[in-house]
Amino acid sequence: MSWKLTFLQQIVDADIFVKSTEMSPHIELYQIDDTHWQQLAQIANANQLRWAAGFAVQSGEQFHVHACFERKGTYLLFRTTINGSKPQLPSQATVYAAANRSERHTHDLFGIEFLQHPDSRGWTRHQAWRRHEYPLRHDFPVTGAPAEITPPDTSYHFVEAHGIGVYEIPVGPVHAGIIEPGHFRFQAVGELILNLEERLGYVHKGIEKIAEGRTPEGLAKLAGRVSGDTTVAHTWAACMAMEQAAGIHIPRRATLIRGIFAERERIANHLGDIGAICNDVAFTFAFMQMMRLKELWCRTNYELFGHRFLMDKIVAGGVNVDINDVAGKFILIEINELRVELAQLIPAMDLSSSLEDRIYTAGYLSPQTAELFGTLGFIGRASGQDFDVRRDAPYAPYENVKVKVPIETQGDIASRFWVRYKEINASLKLIEQFIAQLELLPEGDLLASWVIPDNGRFGLGIVEGWRGEIMTYVEFGRNNAVSRFYPRDPSQFNWEPLEKAVLNNIVPDFPVCNKSFNCSYSGSDL
Amino acid sequence: MNGLMAVVQTALFVALSPLLMGFLKFCKCWLQNRRAPSFLQPYRDLLKLTYKQPVISQEASWLFCVAPYLIFTAMILAASVVPFIAVDQPTSAEADVIVLVGFFAFARFFLALAGLDIGTAFGGMGSSREMTISSLAEPAMLMAVFTLTMTASTTNLSGAIEHVLQEGLILRPSFVFALFALILVTMAETGRIPVDNPTTHLELTMIHEAMILEYSGRHLALIEWASALKLMLYGVLISNIFFPWGIAESFTLSALGYGLLAILGKLVFLCIFLALAETAVAKMRLFRVQEYLGFAYLLGVLGMLSHIILESTR
Repeated sequence: MSWKLTFLQQIVDADIFVKSTEMSPHIELYQIDDTHWQQLAQIANANQLRWAAGFAVQSGEQFHVHACFERKGTYLLFRTTINGSKPQLPSQATVYAAANRSERHTHDLFGIEFLQHPDSRGWTRHQAWRRHEYPLRHDFPVTGAPAEITPPDTSYHFVEAHGIGVYEIPVGPVHAGIIEPGHFRFQAVGELILNLEERLGYVHKGIEKIAEGRTPEGLAKLAGRVSGDTTVAHTWAACMAMEQAAGIHIPRRATLIRGIFAERERIANHLGDIGAICNDVAFTFAFMQMMRLKELWCRTNYELFGHRFLMDKIVAGGVNVDINDVAGKFILIEINELRVELAQLIPAMDLSSSLEDRIYTAGYLSPQTAELFGTLGFIGRASGQDFDVRRDAPYAPYENVKVKVPIETQGDIASRFWVRYKEINASLKLIEQFIAQLELLPEGDLLASWVIPDNGRFGLGIVEGWRGEIMTYVEFGRNNAVSRFYPRDPSQFNWEPLEKAVLNNIVPDFPVCNKSFNCSYSGSDL
Repeated sequence: MNGLMAVVQTALFVALSPLLMGFLKFCKCWLQNRRAPSFLQPYRDLLKLTYKQPVISQEASWLFCVAPYLIFTAMILAASVVPFIAVDQPTSAEADVIVLVGFFAFARFFLALAGLDIGTAFGGMGSSREMTISSLAEPAMLMAVFTLTMTASTTNLSGAIEHVLQEGLILRPSFVFALFALILVTMAETGRIPVDNPTTHLELTMIHEAMILEYSGRHLALIEWASALKLMLYGVLISNIFFPWGIAESFTLSALGYGLLAILGKLVFLCIFLALAETAVAKMRLFRVQEYLGFAYLLGVLGMLSHIILESTR
């Protein structure tokens, strides 16, 4: 804890007025004044804090802007209040590269101007809103006033490159395959990638806006649709935030079941991703086998819990489906079957020299770059970022189990491949421990009774989803209605490292690099 | 009679080529533990495409629309000079093996131009990659073919195959080298794994598919059919040059029947081999292709050398 004292001492020394409150064992809230916003970031950066999230909340005529920092599993949430008539704030993106897109998102949707921001272009803002319309402000109607046809986005200037033989490849947002939409602008010479720039925001669904006024049940459902493949973890994070705001504690049995769901989601996605990496280098045999395993895994979800991806199984206050002894036994048997299958398949992939040739050394993300952008989850862990919420800021049910966090330092596609494989094994062990604990608890104790939170109560849910740390802010208004919902998907910090990882690779290697990251478009576009 | 046979053989060749694709897909599916579509699926796909209206880019010139017909015609002409069922293909005398390579080059030239014509980044990228690969593959192929023609002292394919048949089963080191060279070239030229992935949806990794990304409707059907023809052409070349036994040496009905069965058998065998190879390996990094084709060329040269050193003294 000594780093925190040093950090806070430095803040006080810099004449920054601080008022603090503890939100949960791992999260503390600090209120500071707006003029020191950038200075705060500088001191935080000097103290090796990670920039973990940034978002704004409108409160009457004022805006509360938040920035969350993390170090060694302790989260410090800073809040400042600015005037609504001409909202301005010094940018933190000059200090933290990770804050860049997040601040642009806040600017686009709230109209808060970040002074000295290194990038003046919009981010989420395509041409769907008129110039002085900011959809997340309270005076903007939920239905919006969209034009019949959104005009083309012609004012967005991409980085350009000039020189003999230098050319540009625009890819997407409509792709030849069925994948999420995103635009990638390459500058290349021959086959060598000189620069890659991403343009996202094509799956903006207005999630933050339509969350306003929802009941806790409604918000849990909405959170499950932030990113379809992370439905469990996003719902969990939102529910955790709501439960924090309401001040309720959920039954132990419900937390164990949530843990099992989250680990099952992690395994399903990692299985699919390992296969998909193989498919992108045309190693179809492995792809088909991994897809088969994922499919069997999802079918079990359907048979036991009624949904292949476990959507809407976590609700505010607990879970809505139990795991009885029979189901527990079935899950344990399936785990052993999966282990046997993987023990045959993974060595076959390991021994394939043609696969090895493609995934080793390609798509290298250095630990320094990973740290610079606050890279999260398995991508960070494949580049030496030793962080996992489940271990470093444990929440129920992870606080009394041993969470093994695999780390690789090579930073290439192969590292991300192997971290996924090792995480599957770690998750299988976790599920076994959770089921053993479940057997000791009485069946059916799944829901805590809901307490209607007071107006203005808020919570911050932090969960390790399969892509990494998910941070969800929920604030309640009057009558049990949500007034602000901001889910920060790990992809928000993992898209930019991809831009760096593909440099000096060749153009045809981009798809497999991209697949090894597998960032969520939907989760970062909101 | 001879002329009629040439026409019939070519027609049969063109008609059977989608079936070869269907069978190859069938083999690959089963090797990947999937249920396979019917052998006839490629025919249904072609039929479906002909019904569909071609969508043509505003930027496209006349070349874009003409190219599929030129490519398809070039492939039919190529098919007409390769002995398929019977060794005595009269058209072989008019167009020898160098002209055959020329037909391939002609088709490729127009395909690459069509890729460039619409001005998309993918088309240009595909054309550039295709030309890089073919500039390496073509010499390797010629080298392998020259080994054969030097042994037979003729560039006429019918003549060459006849020569091999008359010599009987002799193990020639030069032929072994040339066979492997031609197999490697086949993989590269027909866009198979490990050089190109014909089933990919990833635009940035495509070679052949990138060039034809903008094609639709009947134009796409013609190009797909031409690709099937090309695969079959290479298959028949490998089968009939190196393993000509079974090919009809006269135009009697039974000889022709056996000839057809023989070539179909050989193609089935080749397809299974190709499917196995494609399942066992991943696609290689693009810049590995030059080493791969360099190796094919080396094999071709070794074939030629071993012919000169070991065989031509006799």
